Amino acid sequence: MDEGLRSELNKQGVFTTTVEDIYNWGRRNSVWPLQFGLACCAIEMIATSMARFDLARFGAEVFRPSPRQADLMIVAGTVTKKMAPQVIRLYNQMPEPKYVIAMGACAISGGPFKQGYNVLKGIDRFIPVDVHIPGCPPRPEALLHAFMTLQKKIGGQPLTGPDRPRHLKADEPSEFPVPKFGAKDLEPPSNSTIWEAPKVERDE
Amino acid sequence: MESLEAIKERIEAAVPGAVEIVANQGTAAEHSLALDHASAVRVAEFLRDDPALKLDYCSNVTGVDWLDSVEKVREKVTKEVAGESKEVVEVREIETPGYLESVYHLYSMELKHGPVVLRLRTGNRSDQITAPSLTPVWRAAELQEREIFDLYGIVFENHPDLRRLLMWDEFEDHPMRRDYVEPDDYDYEPTPHDEVLDKARAHHTGEGDA
Repeated sequence: MDEGLRSELNKQGVFTTTVEDIYNWGRRNSVWPLQFGLACCAIEMIATSMARFDLARFGAEVFRPSPRQADLMIVAGTVTKKMAPQVIRLYNQMPEPKYVIAMGACAISGGPFKQGYNVLKGIDRFIPVDVHIPGCPPRPEALLHAFMTLQKKIGGQPLTGPDRPRHLKADEPSEFPVPKFGAKDLEPPSNSTIWEAPKVERDE
Repeated sequence: MESLEAIKERIEAAVPGAVEIVANQGTAAEHSLALDHASAVRVAEFLRDDPALKLDYCSNVTGVDWLDSVEKVREKVTKEVAGESKEVVEVREIETPGYLESVYHLYSMELKHGPVVLRLRTGNRSDQITAPSLTPVWRAAELQEREIFDLYGIVFENHPDLRRLLMWDEFEDHPMRRDYVEPDDYDYEPTPHDEVLDKARAHHTGEGDA
């Protein structure tokens, strides 16, 4: 609808909207995170939910203990290879629409412990990540900024058309295969449909 | 607390079995006692219960991997060469077989002294990898010996619950050993250096910036 017409109607006391606007407004202003912290970034996440940097004023009212009731998983901390299948299982148990924020260097790519024998080099090897927050640990303001970025992303998702989100497309998977414990490494070491090692072009 | 030599003498008087002092060359000079498998548990009980020592707190148990080492020694030897004896410099190789070791740090909460460091060595690194567990003496050693079993491979006898701690049960290697080869899972590194730079060079065709 034309913005000029809309503001004219607003002045007369008639407010118009679209289903898409209301739907996305509701979704983005009530994103409930899953209570899921792994390591040091979890402390920063807890600090963000406390009085000084309150996350609840953005709609993350409660951190749900059960994945069945959550729509956001903030992966905060180093994901070890031993823990990785459980993280993916929890992600699979969350109902659509669901989002993932990879908080901190360890969740993005393994972080300072990347060469460790038990460190998964980034949770985006197995589940799709919507927002990455760099930092070690990122400040609470950075987590708030990431939350707002996620809200903008949710707000901009159309309901119809090819850009519609994953939960509205019938053939997109909402559960991802859980890796098994192999003899030397996880099997498979990454999910090749959603992640590929970045290739570097070096000019010689 | 009395000196390590005095402790060693009292241990040898009280418990039959050999105890050896392993000197520490560094500035810390924390010399340790190497125990043998047969008498290790009784020596540990003596250290814990003796009224002058009362070492009741096992603060740390850690593992060490000593690789098989070959040392080349050059020495002058008189040899018969072409009918006459000559001084020849000969290179001899001394092979020291490697072993795994668990190191215990003991303190006394009651008498407020310590540390006394114990070392338990295995036979070698491949087939004789057992050592007696000191968990029946100090409960604090339980999880730490599990970690050593997981990361180094020392099988502790009489441990109440010996299974892997940090790695998953189906894992088949011991990550902290010197010869551990990690799975080839090289991912992009923005600023590689040292071993990671070697991995980067092996994976990418081109030299890139050093």
